[in-house]
Amino acid sequence: MTTTDLPSPGELPEVTVDPAAMRHLADAQVNVELDTGDMVLNIGPQHPATHGTLRLVVRLDGERVVSADPIIGYMHRGYEKLTEFRTYPQITTLINRIDWLSSFANEVPFIAAAEQLMSIEAPPRAQYQRTILTELSRIATFLLFLGEMGLQVGAITPAFYGFRDREYVLNLIEAVTGGRFHPNFNRIGGIKDDLPWGWISECRTTMNKVLASCDEFDDLVVGNPIFQKRTRSIGIIPQQLGAAYGVSGSNLRASGIDWDLRRDGPKYLVYDELDWQVWTHPDGDSFSRYWVRLQETRESARMVLQMLDQMPSGPLMAKVPRIIKVPEGEVFVNTENPLGEMGYYVISKGATGPFRTKIRSASFSNVSILPWLLRGSYVPDIITILASLYFILGDIDR
Amino acid sequence: MAIDIGWGTTLAIKTVIVLGIVPLTALILGYTFLLKMMSHMQSRLGPMDPGGFHGWYQLIGDGLKFLQKEDIMPDHADRRVFALAPAIVVLSTFLVFVVIPAGPRIRVASLDSRGLFDGVGVFYALAVSSLSVVGVLMAGWASSNKYALLGALRAAAQLIAYELPLVLAVVGVVIQAGTMSLQGIISFQQHGSLFGWSGIGFPLILTQFVGFALFMVAAQAELTQPPFDMPVAESELVAGYMVEYTGFRFLFFFIGEFGTAFAFAALAATLFLGGWSVPWVHGTAADVLGPFVLFAKVMLVAFLMFWARFTYPRFREDQLQAIAWKWLIPIALGNILLTGLLKVAF
Amino acid sequence: MADSVVTPTEPVVREEAAAALERLQAELGDAIVEHGGALGDAVVRVRRDAWRRSAQVCKEKLECDYLSFIAGIDWMPTPSVTEEGSGDTSTPAQPKEQTYGSAGSAGRYQLLAVVESTRRKSWRVILKTDLPDDDLHAESWVTVYPGADWHEREAWEMYGFVFDGHPSLRHLYLPSEFEGHPLRKDFPLLAREVKPWPGLVDVEPMPGDDAGDGEEGESA
Repeated sequence: MTTTDLPSPGELPEVTVDPAAMRHLADAQVNVELDTGDMVLNIGPQHPATHGTLRLVVRLDGERVVSADPIIGYMHRGYEKLTEFRTYPQITTLINRIDWLSSFANEVPFIAAAEQLMSIEAPPRAQYQRTILTELSRIATFLLFLGEMGLQVGAITPAFYGFRDREYVLNLIEAVTGGRFHPNFNRIGGIKDDLPWGWISECRTTMNKVLASCDEFDDLVVGNPIFQKRTRSIGIIPQQLGAAYGVSGSNLRASGIDWDLRRDGPKYLVYDELDWQVWTHPDGDSFSRYWVRLQETRESARMVLQMLDQMPSGPLMAKVPRIIKVPEGEVFVNTENPLGEMGYYVISKGATGPFRTKIRSASFSNVSILPWLLRGSYVPDIITILASLYFILGDIDR
Repeated sequence: MAIDIGWGTTLAIKTVIVLGIVPLTALILGYTFLLKMMSHMQSRLGPMDPGGFHGWYQLIGDGLKFLQKEDIMPDHADRRVFALAPAIVVLSTFLVFVVIPAGPRIRVASLDSRGLFDGVGVFYALAVSSLSVVGVLMAGWASSNKYALLGALRAAAQLIAYELPLVLAVVGVVIQAGTMSLQGIISFQQHGSLFGWSGIGFPLILTQFVGFALFMVAAQAELTQPPFDMPVAESELVAGYMVEYTGFRFLFFFIGEFGTAFAFAALAATLFLGGWSVPWVHGTAADVLGPFVLFAKVMLVAFLMFWARFTYPRFREDQLQAIAWKWLIPIALGNILLTGLLKVAF
Repeated sequence: MADSVVTPTEPVVREEAAAALERLQAELGDAIVEHGGALGDAVVRVRRDAWRRSAQVCKEKLECDYLSFIAGIDWMPTPSVTEEGSGDTSTPAQPKEQTYGSAGSAGRYQLLAVVESTRRKSWRVILKTDLPDDDLHAESWVTVYPGADWHEREAWEMYGFVFDGHPSLRHLYLPSEFEGHPLRKDFPLLAREVKPWPGLVDVEPMPGDDAGDGEEGESA
């Protein structure tokens, strides 16, 4: 295709950014005299760095990006249309697969929405177990990220460490729910089953292993000067621009905004009963995104250890009718998922399934900032930025 | 006891030896370091089944597998250039092996006493090792693939940039040893002595440690290994300039890469560690012991190279160039200056 | 067996939501057509010509710097894909009348948007606006919240809403040649129409299990 018939991404907003923060772009102002043509490069949809079927059409001037246009939809499954024809338990199975790395966490806001509409509250033990499983899926997702971002930047070894440690956590999830990846464990009113015998002590051991491996990542990756050179000042997301784009989760906290839905949103699960902190970093570059997620992994492990000590006994399911009809009403529930803010706007008309569900997925908004973010960066930096934003294609494409 | 065989037979034997040794060394290096050492560093075992004992047959099996694969050429590729590129890369590897001595009389060509080319082993080795740049550029361009092109251009810039530190690092050795011939440098190290004690000779790494460090860094870059593997950046360009190659052509690149790794490690061992020599062994015993000693030293050096390979992420292209031009070359020049001054002073 | 009846509760608006609603009413005045509750949050329906102004008010006056999403709603009743009276409960039987949700609606199509604040706790504004059937245009939020870019593209391709002022309304999820707007209720979910839900296919009988006299069981 010639360079003229690509659709332009349109006007991009102008934002004042501290020039010192963009100093890595200073070297990119070369070749002003030579009027060379731009090269159009398709990164994806099959590419090791795009975490799935994301296609980035970048226009390059040498190794510098002139414009980037993400093309998504290769994995669009039509979730919102499907939910109009499914019952609530069926939808619970479906939405596991939106963000498949932390699949338990996808179910939580939807189940919470249905429960709120029905004015049912899950019993405390179920809430604790939900929180533990959510945090375990957060740890699993972040361990993968910690390993795989090193891989994208060129270090082969962290990926193996990440996967190895993730296996321990996945074994725990499998012991409780029966599934490593798609547990489908939430039910309206509680959760399906209790913890197996011996799980709590196994979980304690694993959380300590996770804390130890986070120290390993600290040494191997964060402390590595080459990694720092590759990620510092790369892909800086200015605070207010990130919020206006809808970037959420660790990406926004890495730009210095102290906002975490577990603490600052309407109450859900048992986060207010735990002693934990929110991690932010002022820089907003790829390094800080990695650093924030590393600290959050540690924090999640500590939270799980607290919850194992505090878990109350009691029933696992509230009293729910056999055929679940959710009364009329609307509700929006959003939660702090590993990838960012995930929300469900459920409109119910009293049937056994919702009338309309709007699924607000985190990666959709995280990726929408790419055209702005990639202007002026180098080709290797594209990879670093993509890796640091950490999106999952199922989350973008729903 | 000299056996009199005609030069034709000698040439044939030498050709066969080089042709056989290069893939063999590639295999050994690849297996030990790429498959086994890397795996153990990453808390996994690596191949265990092929051949029974810790999977020693893995790479041979891989090689045979590659040989029987379909030879695919992209539609718009420049056929002749595409086919010729791997040959040139491997050619440069073979040519380096020609001068590396494995014993006082075991070498393929000495380039030592031919009048015009009196004692130019080092010069020849460094010159010939840079032939691969041409092959890489040919591969990248002829593939008619934008990723390959990006990789090839990066490779060309990088390989040319790091030639200089490589050469300058060796100049210090040459100044100190007083000769450019590899055998001469080895004998300088073998017969030297440290403050009067000749127990381990005088390995030049002791005084030329800066040169050794520079040589290792530059060799890493010449081999496009992490942290300098931008041209072959796996997560961006998949295989860079090699991306369109399949089957035995890819095998050539693979052999070229690991064979050159062995060649550079052998050069480093020869220039800095004393090559085939152990100070108290001379004559025919050295002929017999030489190859093993050289092999051991090469494995040591290669261990360092591959260790760095598996640990570090990769540099971005501009950072890479900055390191070469802004740091390595001035340091190398400083090293030469210092060596020269000290050589004259003492 | 009678299902126990779950009575819908009155939406109790959280105090932050009530405060947000108050401020919004003060700023927008008569642009607000109606407001309702969404179980804790306040839902505000504004006039179509005040759509972008509401966004600006939210961003500047109400400190809502974060865009959660912009979506569309089609209030036409969901067509049923199961036969009446077949007892097939696999697909929910949605009511046949066209009713509207919180804060009402003037017609079939509505735009829904949620904005939040990163500086205050639980500070959320849910905005709706009606789009008349014959004129599916709305002002684009791109100049206020740059993230609206992709959300509006998605709303356009799924519902057909045209956003005035959007830089380039083109397909986001669907291929460029796609015809139709899938999330509209009259766009059929082909999978269900072409092949009905197979029902509960739980376990294939083991060979010899079902057939009592030891013959090989039939395959399901």
